Amino acid sequence: MQVTRRTFLKVCATGVGTSSLTLLGFAPDTALAEMRSFKLARATETRNTCPYCSVGCGILMYGLGAGAKNVQGRIFHIEGDPDHPVNRGTLCPKGAGLLDFIHSDTRLTQPEYRAPGSREWQPIAWDDAFTRIAALMKADRDANFEAVNQDGSTVNRWNSTGFLAASASSNETGYLTHKVVRSLGMLAFDNQARV
Amino acid sequence: MTNHWVDIKNTDLVLIMGGNAAEAHPCGFKWVTEAKAHRKARLIVVDPRFTRSAAVADYYAPIRAGSDIAFLGGLINYLLSNDKIHHQYVRDYTDMSYLVKDEFTFTDGIFSGYDPDKRKYDKATWGYQMGEDGYVKTDPSLQDPRCVYQLLKAHYARYTPELVERICGTPQDAFLKVAGMIAETAAPDRTMTVMYALGWTQHSQGSQMIRTGAMVQLLLGNIGVAGGGMNALRGHSNIQGLTDLGLLSNLLPGYMTLPGEAEKDFQAYLTKRSPKPLRPGQLSYWQNYPKFFVSTMKAWYGDAATPENNWCYDWLPKLDKTHDILQVFEDMNNGKMNGYFCQGFNPLASAPCKIKLSGALAKLKYLVVIDPLATETSEFWQNHGEFNDVDPTQIQTEVFRLPSSCFAEEDGSLVNSTRWLQWHWKGAEPPGEALNDQEIIAGIFLKLKAMYKKDGGAFPDPVLNLTWKHKQPTHPAPEELAKEFSGRALKDVTDPKDPAKVLVKAGEQLNGFAELRDDGSTACGCWIFAGAWSEKGNLMARRDNADPYGIGQNLNWSYAWPANRRVLYNRASCDADGAPFDPSRKLVGWDAAAGKWTGSDIPDFKADSAPADGMGPFIMNPEGVARFFARDMMAEGPFPEHYEPMESPLANNPMHPDNPLARANPAARVFKGDWESFGSPAEFPYVATTYRLTEHFHTWSKHVRLNAIVQPEQFVEIGEELAAAKGITAGDHVRVRSKRGFIVAVAVVTKRLKTLTIDGRSVHTVGIPIHWGFKGVARNGYITNTLTPFVGDANTQTPEFKAFLVDIEKLPTRLQAKA
Repeated sequence: MQVTRRTFLKVCATGVGTSSLTLLGFAPDTALAEMRSFKLARATETRNTCPYCSVGCGILMYGLGAGAKNVQGRIFHIEGDPDHPVNRGTLCPKGAGLLDFIHSDTRLTQPEYRAPGSREWQPIAWDDAFTRIAALMKADRDANFEAVNQDGSTVNRWNSTGFLAASASSNETGYLTHKVVRSLGMLAFDNQARV
Repeated sequence: MTNHWVDIKNTDLVLIMGGNAAEAHPCGFKWVTEAKAHRKARLIVVDPRFTRSAAVADYYAPIRAGSDIAFLGGLINYLLSNDKIHHQYVRDYTDMSYLVKDEFTFTDGIFSGYDPDKRKYDKATWGYQMGEDGYVKTDPSLQDPRCVYQLLKAHYARYTPELVERICGTPQDAFLKVAGMIAETAAPDRTMTVMYALGWTQHSQGSQMIRTGAMVQLLLGNIGVAGGGMNALRGHSNIQGLTDLGLLSNLLPGYMTLPGEAEKDFQAYLTKRSPKPLRPGQLSYWQNYPKFFVSTMKAWYGDAATPENNWCYDWLPKLDKTHDILQVFEDMNNGKMNGYFCQGFNPLASAPCKIKLSGALAKLKYLVVIDPLATETSEFWQNHGEFNDVDPTQIQTEVFRLPSSCFAEEDGSLVNSTRWLQWHWKGAEPPGEALNDQEIIAGIFLKLKAMYKKDGGAFPDPVLNLTWKHKQPTHPAPEELAKEFSGRALKDVTDPKDPAKVLVKAGEQLNGFAELRDDGSTACGCWIFAGAWSEKGNLMARRDNADPYGIGQNLNWSYAWPANRRVLYNRASCDADGAPFDPSRKLVGWDAAAGKWTGSDIPDFKADSAPADGMGPFIMNPEGVARFFARDMMAEGPFPEHYEPMESPLANNPMHPDNPLARANPAARVFKGDWESFGSPAEFPYVATTYRLTEHFHTWSKHVRLNAIVQPEQFVEIGEELAAAKGITAGDHVRVRSKRGFIVAVAVVTKRLKTLTIDGRSVHTVGIPIHWGFKGVARNGYITNTLTPFVGDANTQTPEFKAFLVDIEKLPTRLQAKA
């Protein structure tokens, strides 16, 4: 089958969110003088949205190694989604650098803890971090929870701990965060929409 | 945005003011280029700097930072006095004929009811005259001196072109040129879009700047039409979504509001938020509030929410005050807070007055930072030399830093500026041990829940009963959460007109908010998102980019709230008889034969309400029309008035030179002790304004190698006159000081910043990009918000980042930075 790069992308763009080209059985015809196959031909294309400003540009992420057990997928290329009605394949200087965001030297890779008065971070296991944080929260909440105010009205609030949510996180994260925060009685709650 | 990015191609005129789309929203700005190229649209930019948006404008007018209400008030005066308004629109779709209470007054910059000690208004007089029939009194002839039209005209008559020049520094001829171009769009077949961003929000009177812009658009009949609208270009990829979902101190999902502590009675809480129509025949859609509220409580608390316990009304925390970020840091600084979570938020760099923030964080018992990147906030306790000179041994805060996934490593939806919920897919695993945010929230919450179950404690009921129906409780799936906020039927939902007819069967996903009920038979976590995931599947994942009407509506691309509607208030694009004002850009129209509204968009209206019924197009307002007179809904008055920024180069407000109360926003909240942190023009003579560069995004992209390469080092921009006066040449290191601290940066000397003549004297502006800090791969720099004042808009408390005072001096060498 004759597949140009453009139709190639269109093939990927049909149906499901992620599709492996080789699985679908499509690949460009072999060129006579080819030295090695294009990396893109072995790539998995995934649709995503640029996480920076609110234009919401569509992006295509190309990765290798997805699917197999014990094989860590790695995104190696990102470009604008030509099917997206707003950005139509273009990206700005921020969106064009997204690959380096994913692989930034300053990405966090393990939970860390800083003790009172300490100059250093130290690693902490997830479960220990969750347990310690929950214990701090419970101690503070149980000590400072206000069930009724001075007028005797039911207020059920916890004002001594606050939460800033992330306006680059998904709706699903935001919804879950809101539910949890309010169930605890927190009012000191904001996201970047405030600033 | 009332409209959307692609719709900008339908416009005749673009006004960019309080924003810089070419640099901050480049791929959206392409639709301005499209309109210019293919529709011969023109672009006006009004800004303190000659930005890259200005560089491609048909006309650029300079303005002093913080003086936008004077400029926009001048436009209102121009349109009214030159009779350049859309008469049918203004008459039929606005409150111009409404009569206002006789007791409402405005005297020397202050509205009736002001208490200078509390810096608050008693708004009892800010209302309508009500008739015995329970409706607002009106005077359709617009002659009554108490009608909104007459009050508005008198209020803005003071905003003459001379006054605009005096306050804004915009030369009269430039102002009149802009006013003339804008006035042309009063014609029914011409329209203008307004594109604004944080250049309007981040002021102590930011909400009123935006209102004034909207009032200009209403006079011109440019709201609800293709190519028109008030278009807020929002700053983050999901800042719209998190606002929609109510993640703000005083909100619940879908713009519902938390009760205040005085609101003991549940029915009274609902009644207050379900306003009856103020004019005959109006819809007042918020009357459905009980359905939205009960459905949210059913989503959150399931079977525990019953009619007997008022659907868990008392489980919600009741507000004593709004705990916005400034209030929270004030409380933290006063030792009233023990714990704080920063989930993908870097407040040390993003909130004002770093020295206050840093001191406040050091008073916490515990801080939990959840982020993909190593933020400055997470290391507020660590010494980073001149950029963060603290002594860790003196800071007793316990800090946790939890690594989260980034966009590429998760499934989920984001709401862009145009209200589209767009689904995205995971392309790789997060690095190392990083988890996604849902797993982290679940990890903490489930531990806490187990502790409350085992040991009891303060009011455990909401914690123990919170809905948590996930196949893997420690891994709540995005699909499960999306279905939960979109909503489902708990019992069969029947047609109110025909109870035998089942609209949605028990257990099925809902099609939209019209199916919500207040009897506990529906659960929906966010009513405005209802239908995003229906029985048809995940509509947010739709990718059909077809544009059958040729005006860029793309109705089958993703899902737009509300109800997949792309242009809000679109009923107002038609005349009173339901025919489009401009048939060439038809959004909707009344189809008499079919007995309903049809068109290229989902009608923002009661679909079967015939024009003869007289229902107004602004169905969320109990008036049914748009308001020039904001009643009691704004903190500082029903009509926007120009006040100076809290830090201003002028000693008084030129509008009210003899009234110190009316110098800056009289209702802006200032905390005790912060008055002393504001600088005077004698000590800090230059106006400063902060902004983004096109190569950077807040404090994230300095972690990104490509962006760190193209903009590696912190700089400030000054004009040639100021540079000459201070002996600064391009490339020199300069120190910029405010009353709250200083930064050191490289000077860029530019023609883009002009000296303005304000009230008879020269005023220089210093431009300060916001992107540097002490973490990342770019060169380290000072946090710009070291300089900014700890005061916000009187309504939203959004900090005044866009207009404050600084001094600037040349440093002989870089080494003297700390001197």
